[in-house]
Amino acid sequence: MKRWSNIPQLFAGALVALGLLAATQAKADELATIKRRGTLIVGVKADYPPFGFRSTSGQIVGIEPSLAADVAKSLGVKLELVPVVASNRMQFLQQGKIDLMIATMNDTPERARVVDIVHPDYYASGYNVMLPKAMNITSWKQLDGKPICGIQGSFYNKQAAEKFGIHVVAFTGTAEALTALKQGRCIGFIYDDTSIAADLLQPDWSSYDMPLETQDPQPWGLAVRKDEPKWAAYMSDMVKKWAKDGTILKLEDEYHMKHSKFAEDMHQKYSK
Amino acid sequence: MNAIAQWFRQLYQTTGINLPIFYDPFDRARFLHGLAVTIELSVICIVASIVIGIVGAWLQGSRLVWTRRFVQGYIQVFRNTPPLVQLYFFYFGLSALLPLMKTQFGTTAPLIGGFTWVCISLSFFAGAFNVEIFRSGIEAVPNATHEAAEALGYTRLKAYIFIILPLAFRVCLPALNNNLVNLIKTTTLAYAVAVPELLYVSAQIWSDDNNVPEMMVVLLIVYVGLVGILVWGMHRLEHTMRLPGYTRI
Repeated sequence: MKRWSNIPQLFAGALVALGLLAATQAKADELATIKRRGTLIVGVKADYPPFGFRSTSGQIVGIEPSLAADVAKSLGVKLELVPVVASNRMQFLQQGKIDLMIATMNDTPERARVVDIVHPDYYASGYNVMLPKAMNITSWKQLDGKPICGIQGSFYNKQAAEKFGIHVVAFTGTAEALTALKQGRCIGFIYDDTSIAADLLQPDWSSYDMPLETQDPQPWGLAVRKDEPKWAAYMSDMVKKWAKDGTILKLEDEYHMKHSKFAEDMHQKYSK
Repeated sequence: MNAIAQWFRQLYQTTGINLPIFYDPFDRARFLHGLAVTIELSVICIVASIVIGIVGAWLQGSRLVWTRRFVQGYIQVFRNTPPLVQLYFFYFGLSALLPLMKTQFGTTAPLIGGFTWVCISLSFFAGAFNVEIFRSGIEAVPNATHEAAEALGYTRLKAYIFIILPLAFRVCLPALNNNLVNLIKTTTLAYAVAVPELLYVSAQIWSDDNNVPEMMVVLLIVYVGLVGILVWGMHRLEHTMRLPGYTRI
């Protein structure tokens, strides 16, 4: 019976631990820290046009830096942008090097265990086809039986073949696939829609566009450090505000992108 | 057919060994198409490279110095460069310089497609080796045989076709066999220019179904089978063409 006698002590210990945890949570209020510091530090991509890239003067610009600027403006603080890449973006957030991450990140359950992905998601990307403007293609059905260049091993190759009858001519890399497209070995290029959007900004591809609706969209989420409920709630409201006032749609226009179905649907949903 | 599909689906559910080429109609169709393309490529390249070898070996013995130099130059270029580099050179490099043609979609496309380029490239590649293989056979034919043919009034071409080549062919069969086996295996390079042969379709299947080990095993077995058929055929040929007392002492 001796063994059971320390249960009350254990219980008390647990209570103290919980209390400490609550105290640290209350202390780490990111929102207050940012306001006190007077600067919002946001991790964005600098190599992913038009979402985040360097302008000719070396500044980081793009859709996501513009969103970051909007957050800073609403908080009434200055903005500092930190370039991140896919392999370090979550670590930057965990270590407190950035307050917020808007870096083309897919919202996946594995990542949600490491960082707090803010809901709703702000964007989505899927697969699409880059086509010559002269072909005037308006629906996926028109691509039935036509050769479209692609990348070997892409998950959507099978889907495109089964769903739309596309004859995917797959190469080992994007350079080969785009060269083949240039040489006329296929009539289009099937790839990630955001990457195609970036290619279309190049003068090389001025006679091409992306006229069809993106397929199989995967959502993108912006992220904050775990256990920052106030800050996450604030950002959640921001995303809803962007959806409501059409900020994302306006930014797509600004960077000459076609409105994505995801952004349009979000606008519809939240502007009611 | 249905029983086989059922069995392989059962196999996947019970053991996790996933072979969709046996139960998924889409995967099966593309795998069989890949197999057909590989066989087609192999047959075309084998025939073309043997023809190149026979003609090249004859031209090597030409009296005209420039013909001999030309053949020598061809051998050096095609034997000393990697076949993948040749294929890229033809497909992306040389193609850009050739005239374009209209397609059924109203666009223009290069005159020569991936499949044809693979046939051309691999035939010339294996052909360069075949020329040297046939030369080894020709040089094994004793000089006295050449002189005997000449004495009987054979022209150089006639002597080559009716006397020298039949003897030379028997001598060089083992070496030719080696080169043709290599040629079948080299057809996998066609995946690099998007020709849907076995490796290309298998790579697509294993990235869709996440069954790399299973497809690797299937691929290995299929190639062992394909090369086995060729080797068996060549051995049969060797056996039927055997001249008692000529090649074996």
